[in-house]
Order: sequence, then structure tokens, then C-alpha cells
Amino acid sequence: MFSRAYRTAITLPPLVWVLVFLLIPYALLFCFSFWSVSPAQSIVHSWTFDNYRELLRVNVYLQTLFRSMWIAARVMLFSLLLGYPLAYYLSFHAGRRKDLFYQLVIIPLWVSYLVRAYAWKTILGSDGVLNTLLQYVHLTQHPLDFLLYSPFAVVLTLTHIYTPFAFLPIYASLEHIPPQLVEASQDLGASPFQTFWRVILPLSIPGVVAGATFSFVLSLGDFLAPLLLGGPSGIMISNIVVSLFGAAYNWPLGAAISFCMMVLVVALLFMSEKLEKKWSFR
Amino acid sequence: MVLINTESASSSPPKLGTQPLLSIRNVAKSFGRNPVLRDISLQVAEGEFLTVLGESGSGKTTLLRIIAGFETADSGEIWMEAQRLDALPPYHRRVNTVFQYYALFPHLTVEENVGYGLKVAKLPKEQSVSRVEQALAMVKMTAYAEFKPGKISGGQQQRVALARALVNRPRLLLLDEPLSALDANLRRQMQVELKSLQREVGIAFVFVTHDQEEAMVMSDRIALLRRGELEQVASPREIYSHPATAYAAQFIGHTNLLTAEVSRGIARCKSLSWPVKLPDGVALFSLRPENIRVAAGNTDSDRIGFRGKVIWQAFHGATELLQIECIDGLLLSMRTASGQNSRGNLLLEFSPEDAIPVRKSQEAEKGL
Repeated sequence: MFSRAYRTAITLPPLVWVLVFLLIPYALLFCFSFWSVSPAQSIVHSWTFDNYRELLRVNVYLQTLFRSMWIAARVMLFSLLLGYPLAYYLSFHAGRRKDLFYQLVIIPLWVSYLVRAYAWKTILGSDGVLNTLLQYVHLTQHPLDFLLYSPFAVVLTLTHIYTPFAFLPIYASLEHIPPQLVEASQDLGASPFQTFWRVILPLSIPGVVAGATFSFVLSLGDFLAPLLLGGPSGIMISNIVVSLFGAAYNWPLGAAISFCMMVLVVALLFMSEKLEKKWSFR
Repeated sequence: MVLINTESASSSPPKLGTQPLLSIRNVAKSFGRNPVLRDISLQVAEGEFLTVLGESGSGKTTLLRIIAGFETADSGEIWMEAQRLDALPPYHRRVNTVFQYYALFPHLTVEENVGYGLKVAKLPKEQSVSRVEQALAMVKMTAYAEFKPGKISGGQQQRVALARALVNRPRLLLLDEPLSALDANLRRQMQVELKSLQREVGIAFVFVTHDQEEAMVMSDRIALLRRGELEQVASPREIYSHPATAYAAQFIGHTNLLTAEVSRGIARCKSLSWPVKLPDGVALFSLRPENIRVAAGNTDSDRIGFRGKVIWQAFHGATELLQIECIDGLLLSMRTASGQNSRGNLLLEFSPEDAIPVRKSQEAEKGL
């Protein structure tokens, strides 16, 4: 239908883009992870597994990785717990206010990440809005210090930021459920709860899987929230990578960690795709 | 231009004398400022096959949805025997629906779809298994029990939807244009199957369609709905032979509508005139094409004879439809058996009792 020249002309630019900005950097990253740093702080281009051995030997790396996954898992859980009811309400009960609510969910996405993270800082800090209020109503005598610079603060902020990412695919999958199916279920005698449990929930699984993947993967790789609000106990794996590439000047070790993360994330995406396929019927 | 299957709908007449199964009383419904149903009263007898027939936008689906409980009427009541139905949510009504596009659950197998109603009713497993088996056997879908709805054809989905509704043993089954998504051959086959199934299970059916042929073939009674109002509720034969309104006469079958001036027991339409028992004034008559015949020669005294020229003819298989122009320009359709080779000028006749007086429908009719 289209000439060969035309097809080449339109496929070439994206191909070049992917090659230059994705494949070559990844290949370089992969190479770096097998190189090492000399005592004189220069990269030694000889192949070694030392970085991967180091990664398994030094506790802090694995610990931080597990902490990151634990934080991401909680963010995923809370995003789903907030996002699903919201999407359900919008899709089935919001009526005329649907568009308004939808915009209200979307608008925060246009606000800079930094602004939102800083906002939490002013709310959670020891002189922050929340602590002042708690002391004002005499619920506490002293400022609560676990609020800020803790994994709690990171989970809270990331949940705030990534809930829309969980909400959107769930909402899309709910909107795709034909209303006749809900009516058919009621018609066959199912109560609203039974209809939800047996029809709506199963048919929205692809959206839930996509939303869970988004919130988990995005928070797993996050480094700003832990940097601004995490404190020493809220450090995540990306912060370590950043410091290895920066102050520590150990690019090979940083590359090794990054590569492991990448493998982990790709495996997750692969699994979620399988799950979504298994649960979609159209 | 539709052929009427006169062999159909010869089942026993519904017993309307006893208490009806379903009574719709003065139901009205508007969407915004747009009235969809106005003052509908209708009764459905036990075991009856009632068809709600109407064009798109006539309100027929809305009426069905009000009975099922998916819409609430603005006013009026719906009773099932001694129980007020319109106060109940859909899941507490002993009414099941076969939806237009079947609405099978895509994530459940055929078997699970059919068993859905029994499962949510928490019926013991052994009972529900055997009832599902029976229902699948009834619609000849046993072999497909493990299939997902996406893997079977439209006609098969139709059968599953029917089994899924009937397995719950409802008092009343609602069918929302269930055959409209099927192609013509399959549709005719399903009409016969559906009708015999209905007789077999003895459950009252309220069947919604826009297809008047389908309505004629299947129904015990037809409720003809137009712009949210009932034009006529009667058996197919009655509605065909004695249409109450011009709209009913035109919508069901093919007809000639004659506007005549009645004076002193004689109706006159252009050069035609025939005796009637109506008061003076303007009246509208329906004269079916098959009731106009070529005069046999020995002109009977009570037949009305006239001359006409064949200007157009359409072959319909067993019959032909002829367009006749009378001397005064009056155009009439007539139906003859095929192969009569009727053309040119003809001497025609009709019986005065075949010119059925009909009420004028609300706005200007097509035809005469």
C-alpha cells in the first residue's frame, strides 16, 4: 500500500531515537557494570563480576532494595485502596458530576512533583501544619517526630503522587464494562454487593493490574520523595544509585545496581502484561 | 409489503378473564421534557406470549425496562398478581430478561453464565448443577458448557442467554429484541424455536420487537405501541383483519387507506362508493390489497365493481402486488396469485365489509 521509501522515511526517525537514547545508553550501562574503578578514581575497562559480588556482600544494598520494595508495595496498596473506590464512584454513581470529579483527579498531575513534595514537608514538619494543629487541640504535648523524615512520610507522599496513576487505568477498565452486564446481574437476582464481587471486580482486574504496576514501578524508582522527606531511615535504592554516580564516583557499582533494578522492573512489566491478558476477554 | 403467515399464532387464546399475571396500570415516563410513555395500561396473562411492537423511539424498550426494574415510571403502578412490583429493586423481582445483545458475562463459561442466578440465590450445589444441565439441554448447548461466550456464535449466545434466564424459573420472561442481531435465516429458525420453547415451559413472555412479521408469527397478542401510546392490543388475526387505527393498518401488513365522505349510509371516495353503517362525515377506511379481486364476470350484487389499469407490478413469490390506477386517478394496491398475467385494463371488485373503518392516527398519513 505504501512505498518502501515512504515506510523507511517514517520508521527511521523513531528507530534512530530509540537507538541513540535508549539502546546505546543501556548497552553502556551494561558494560559499565562489569568494569571497575582504580584507586586513582579512573574507570578500568577490564571485565569483572566484582560489582555484582559487592552488591550481594554489602548488606546495605540489599537492605535498601528490600526497603524500597516494601515502600513501593505499601504505596501500591494504598493507591489501589484509594484509587479503586474513587474510580468506582465516578464510573457508577457520580452521574452528572463525573466530568468535574475526573478533572479534580487529573489536575494535581499538572502540578510539579517538587511542589507537592514540599507541600507535604510543610504539613508534616515539627513546626508543620499537622503538628501545630495536634498541639493546639492538646492531642499531643510535643511535636510528633515520626511524621517527617521517615518511611511513613515517603509512603504518604508517594501515595498522594501516584494514586492518580492507579486511578486512571482502573477507571478506564470500569468504563469499559457494558452497563448491560451490571443490569443482567441484577436481573438474575444478584444484590449490588454480589454484582460487584462477581461481575465488576473480575472485569476490572486488567485495570487493577495496570494501576498496581504503575504505582509500584514508579515508586520503586523514586528518589525525590526519599531525598526530601525520607531522612536516613527512608533512603531508597535510587538515592544510593545517585550517590554512587555522584559523590562516591563508583559508576560501575551504580551501573550494576541500576541494571539489577532494570531486570526487576522488566520482569514485573512482563508479569503484569501476562496477568492483564489472562483477565481480558475482548 | 410483508407476507403474513396465516398458519401462525393458532395457540390457545390467553385466559384474560382470570386474574392477570402482570398488570401495568397507567404508567407514564418522560426523559427530561420528552414523554416516552403516556398512560400505558396493559395486562399479561399466565403463559401468554405478548409482543410489544413498535418502531424505534416508540417507548417499547423503556416499557420493558420499567417492568424489569431498570427504569422507574414517573407515575402508575405495576403489579404481579397481588404484589406491587415497581417498589422492588430488579434483583427482587421474579422477572428475568433476555437482553438485545445477550449481555453474557465474558469472564464466565457458558455453564457458569447459566448457573449465575442459582449461585447468587445460594441454591444447593447438586440442585443447581442438575438445573443448569437441564437448561443447557433444553437449548441444545450442552456441548458448549465449558466455552467462554466469546468463543461461540451469535445464535449460540442467544440460546445461552435464554437458558440463563429460564433456569431461574421466572414468572415472566422479558425479551428485548433478542433476535435482531441475527441474520434473516437464523432469525426465522429462532422464531419457531422460541415459540415452541415458550409453549413447552409455559412461562409468560413479553417480547419487544420492531419487526411486525416476527410479531405476527410468534404472539398470542400484540400490543402496538406508537409514540408512547398503545394503538391497539389484540391477537395478530384481529389486529390484521380489524385494525383500530390507520397506523395499525399500515404498520401491520400492507393496506390501502381510503378517505371517504359518508352521507346517508354511502361512503364515497372519488368514483368509488359503497354502503356503510356510519354517521355522516369524513371517515377513513382500510382496504387490504388481497381483498381487491379481478371481477369474476357474474357481478354479485353486494360487491363493488370498478375499472382500473395496472401501472406497476412486483413479484413476491406466491403472490404479486399490483399498482392499479383507476379512471379518476385513484391509486390502489392489490394482491393476486402469481401467474395470473394480469395487466392492462381490468374490471375489479371488492366487498364493502372488507373496507374496515379505522380511527385516524394523530398526524398526516402517507397514502390517501
